[in-house]
Formats: sequence, C-alpha cells, structure tokens
Amino acid sequence: MERNLTFIALFAALIAALGLLPKFTLMSGIPITAQTLGIMLCGTILGARRGALAVILFLALVAVGLPLLAGGRGGLGVFTTPWAGFLFGFPAAAYVTGLVVEKWRTGNLSLIAGVASLIGGIGVLYAIAIPYYMVGADKGLLEATITMLPFIPGDLIKSVLAGVVTQAIWKARPEAVLSRS
Amino acid sequence: MLALTLPRKTWAHGVQAGWKLAALALVSAVLFPIDNLMVLSAAMLAVIALHLATGLDVLRYALWMMKPIVVFAAIIGFYHLVTWDIAAGTAIVMRMLLLVGLANFVTMTTALDSMIAVVEWLLQPLRRLGVNTRAVGLAFAMVIRFTPALVQKGSALIESWRARSAKRPGWRITIPVCLLALDDAEHVSEALRARGGLSTQTKP
Repeated sequence: MERNLTFIALFAALIAALGLLPKFTLMSGIPITAQTLGIMLCGTILGARRGALAVILFLALVAVGLPLLAGGRGGLGVFTTPWAGFLFGFPAAAYVTGLVVEKWRTGNLSLIAGVASLIGGIGVLYAIAIPYYMVGADKGLLEATITMLPFIPGDLIKSVLAGVVTQAIWKARPEAVLSRS
Repeated sequence: MLALTLPRKTWAHGVQAGWKLAALALVSAVLFPIDNLMVLSAAMLAVIALHLATGLDVLRYALWMMKPIVVFAAIIGFYHLVTWDIAAGTAIVMRMLLLVGLANFVTMTTALDSMIAVVEWLLQPLRRLGVNTRAVGLAFAMVIRFTPALVQKGSALIESWRARSAKRPGWRITIPVCLLALDDAEHVSEALRARGGLSTQTKP
C-alpha cells in the first residue's frame, strides 16, 4: 500500500519534472516536451492501474492551480481549451500503455514498451483528443487531424524513447518496474 | 514552488472556493453552446470588468496566463479568415478566451489549501466505498514536495552533463531522472512504513 502510493506520487512528480526541467532537447529540430514521455513511462513502468492513477494525480494538482504543465502552466483554464482532450486523454493513454506491457510478457521489453506507448500514448490519446477538439473548436475530422499532425513525429520519437528508457530501468532496477511484477 | 495564485489577497479570495468552482462550472456550461456574438461580447466585457474590479495587476497577470492560448486562438482565427467564415471563427475564439479567462480567474483568486479542501470534500462520499482519502491527501502533499526536489536533482544532472560534454543534454538524461524518482519512492515508502504506514485503523 505505502509502496504503491509513493510510486504513484513520485511518478506524478516525474511527469511534472520532465516538463519543467531546463531545456534539454529530445531530438534536435522538432519542438517536443518530455511531458508526454512521462505519461508513457507511467504506463510502461507502473502498469495500467497505478500508471493511470499517477496521471490523474498529476492532473488534479494542475487543476488546483499548480504550474506543473510544460512551460509552467496550470490552473483550471487549461482544462477549458479545445486542446484539453489531450489532458483528459492522458489517464486512458497511460492505462492502455500499462495494460499492453502487463499482458505482453515475452520478448524484448524495449520493443514491447515502445509498441505499448505507440498504442496508448498515440493511438488512444489521439482517439480522445481529436473528437474533443472537433466538438470544442467546431471542426471536421479531417481538419482536426491536420491540426494535430505536427505533433505526431515528436510523439513517435517519444514512443521509441519510452521503450529504450523502460528497458534501461528494467536493467538497473528490475524490482521497480511494477508493470512486470 | 509557486502556485498560480495571486501573491496578494483580493476580495475574490474571500469568496468560498466551492462557490467559485460551482459558479465557474455553471457559467461554462451555459456559455459553451452560445454562438451569438452580442451575448459573447457582453460576457467578454463582464469578464474583463471582473478582472478590473480586482485590480489592474490582476488583468496583467491574467493576460500572461493567456499567452499560450492566444497563439492557438490566432491559428483558429487565421483559418477562418482564409475560409471567409469570420463570424463563426470569432465566436469560437471569443468563447475559448472567455472560458479560459474565467477559469484562470478562479485559479488566481483561490489559495492552494482551499482548493485542496474542496478536493477532499468532493472525495468524502468515496470514503464510504472504502477509499482511503487520507492517502489522497498524502499523495497531494508528496507531489507538491517532490516535484521541486526532482527538478532540482534533474537540473544538477543536466549541469554535470554540460560540464563533461560539448553536446547539449539529450533524451538520455531522462533515464537517471527516472531512477532518481524510483529510488526516492522506495526510500519514502520505507520511511512511511517505519512510521506506522497508512493503516486505516488509526484515528483520522
């Protein structure tokens, strides 16, 4: 119980820290923040339930007014934009990412975690964010998808990185990868 | 770590957080389906007046908080300019700025502890379902404490990277940052258990 709670809290803090750390570039040329990488790692390392709870805790703290989103933003306002579908989709993204890692147990973990992040962190996330934007900004499917397109290359890179980072952590601290315990 | 609350007290701080949040939810729900530019303009003026009634510095702070939204609003606005659908575009952008502005106003004028009190109040019914609400409060406190700690440790890692390499710190830095978080989590959970843990038997 205590271990679950502290892991959830520390990963919520990790999502925030990855968004707030002084500039480090994930891949030169493409402007991406590491925050969604944090969401993917919550799923791949903590597993479905705990990963989603960590993300919900992070969002709750943003909502009560802590500037934890990348760039030091936060407050209730960020949940009222047409792009808030990304925020509301984060817990589901982490859950599905974690679920894939929990169920798929044979093979290279960096491949599994990478594919899981692809399914959860891109597939599920955009399946929520795009319809939300269509309603919020009164747009059609095609137009909404085109608006989101510039984020996809960065997210693809982050899925690969989530796989590599998960594998590295599995090597260094196998007992801490709760999705595998 | 600084919250997004205003550094000084205003009359709006005196209004109970629960009421402010309820009013925000109500106004947002009412405004969401409205396309009428007259109504939206009136609401916009009302929101600006609300900020001015609290102080000029409040309006300036609110504008700073709006900055990233304005960029997106400009994109939507530009799109509608190109497609000559200016009325619809104006309505969408105004509604967006209105909702965000109002929500930010509540954030600016509500202290962090009163917000957390509302969260705890909202969670109360869950206690009957067996959810340990004390754990939720503790988790909030832990994130508030650990985020700056992790940022600090991460910054130190980035500094030492810069000291040793001519290249800019890249994604590899996330691995030690994650390990730091995991190790902290282990230590804290041990410390919590050593101090009696989260057992629900003890008096709340």
